[in-house]
Amino acid sequence: MKDINTAALGNYRNDFLREVEDNVEEGRWVKMCMQCGVCSGSCPFGSHWQHSPQELFMMIRAGQREAVLATESMFMCTSCYNCVVRCPRELPITHIMHGLANYAHRLGLAPQTNPTRRFARMFWTNIVRGGRVNELKLSLGLYFMDGFISGLHQTWAMRKVGIGLLRTGRLNPFGLVGQKGCRGAGELQRMLAKARLLEDQRKGLGD
Amino acid sequence: MAKYEYSFYPGCSSERRASASNYMTSVESMCRHLDIRLNEIPDWNCCSASIGYCEGGELPRHVMNARNIALSEQHNADQDIVATCAACWLGTKESQERLNSDRALMADALEVLKEGGLDLHFKNKVEVRHMVEALIEDIGYQELARPVVKPLAGVKVAGYVGCQTNRPFGIDGESFENPMYLDKMVEMAGAEPITDYEQKVTCCGGALAFSEPEKSQAQIKDILEAAADQGADMVVTPCPVCQMNVEVYQEQINRRYGTRFNMPVTYYSQLLTVAYGSSVSDAGLDGQIIRARKLEDIASS
Repeated sequence: MKDINTAALGNYRNDFLREVEDNVEEGRWVKMCMQCGVCSGSCPFGSHWQHSPQELFMMIRAGQREAVLATESMFMCTSCYNCVVRCPRELPITHIMHGLANYAHRLGLAPQTNPTRRFARMFWTNIVRGGRVNELKLSLGLYFMDGFISGLHQTWAMRKVGIGLLRTGRLNPFGLVGQKGCRGAGELQRMLAKARLLEDQRKGLGD
Repeated sequence: MAKYEYSFYPGCSSERRASASNYMTSVESMCRHLDIRLNEIPDWNCCSASIGYCEGGELPRHVMNARNIALSEQHNADQDIVATCAACWLGTKESQERLNSDRALMADALEVLKEGGLDLHFKNKVEVRHMVEALIEDIGYQELARPVVKPLAGVKVAGYVGCQTNRPFGIDGESFENPMYLDKMVEMAGAEPITDYEQKVTCCGGALAFSEPEKSQAQIKDILEAAADQGADMVVTPCPVCQMNVEVYQEQINRRYGTRFNMPVTYYSQLLTVAYGSSVSDAGLDGQIIRARKLEDIASS
């Protein structure tokens, strides 16, 4: 992982804006931000961002590569799209935040312990495996993320929610063994592997 | 021949024994009353949801949606795709737009679809719509009211539209900040909408209700409090994530904030199904963790 990062540093020297434009989803919009701050004021999790989207845009332009790629901020995005519909210049801010988080994660620079980063990875593994979400595996995976003992503790804390869902037929009690998912999951997995390869080649993320 | 026919994308949460299986039950009943036929996209897969971005990047995410679009165009040709889940609708529509506006990305997607023998079926032209769009635009409010046999008189409803049914695409002609369509649907069912429900488009935290529960529950508390303060009997929503988040964490919120919420959270389709005269189980009301007693009483009267 380190090597990809070193390669990116070498390729772009100190031009972080160009690096973002080339490799981050919708990154070409970053230069268009006019620093009004409407995005920051519209974010439901706004107070939890170390750097607001507005700040991140300015930091990218100022070449603060390390600070941008190592912050937890982008992982606070709930994908509510408030910023997108309110931005006077119609920047696709949600996607830029997703793109920055993905890029930081793929370079190995995103904060390892961030719970949303970890949950998002579990989610992806979960859907790729069966082609559809396996809700029981996903929830238990989250609760047991920090080991067995804390997993038991978490599961106990969430027991009433789980029992409620089971009682009302909204959780598959056999999800760990018997959920069938999508028949074409194998074919889907091959397609996704190929898609990842193509994307990595294009963004210089290949190993 | 049904009066209306769509290529249906139910999505993961609508599967049997999944978190929105009660939504699915009520949608099926509602569609029977309205003479809508839903042809499920054969072997559809997950849309990758918003949270897929972190590991899924761009192309893999778009490919997941492209596969569904291709399967729909192959098997349910000339039928609009209709999704009941906000995230499914958003993900599919977003991938469709992105692929159509970026030639290089489209070329890559076609190369990947070739692996599954789907590239020749992928035109990417089908309309991708949310169920509420189909109801409002194709059927219309007046027709939605026509099958009502049990108006939900005296039921006060806070219409919680949430995020992804509303932004960034939204329903044609509605504002992002103060959409009214859900209130109109509530009115069609004979119930009383709280049209000045100020938290109607507040974010519930989405997937972050799992990973950042405290931050999300602060949002959910606001959503519930405004509904309770205005005397709502229940919250109604078009989104499975909103429904789940606002309903299932109430006990934890009560413990955290010393509140006493016990607010039912239902789907628009459940309201309509009850108003159309269906039973408690046909409306999926037995799937509520917090029972919607007023609706149950009307359904069993």
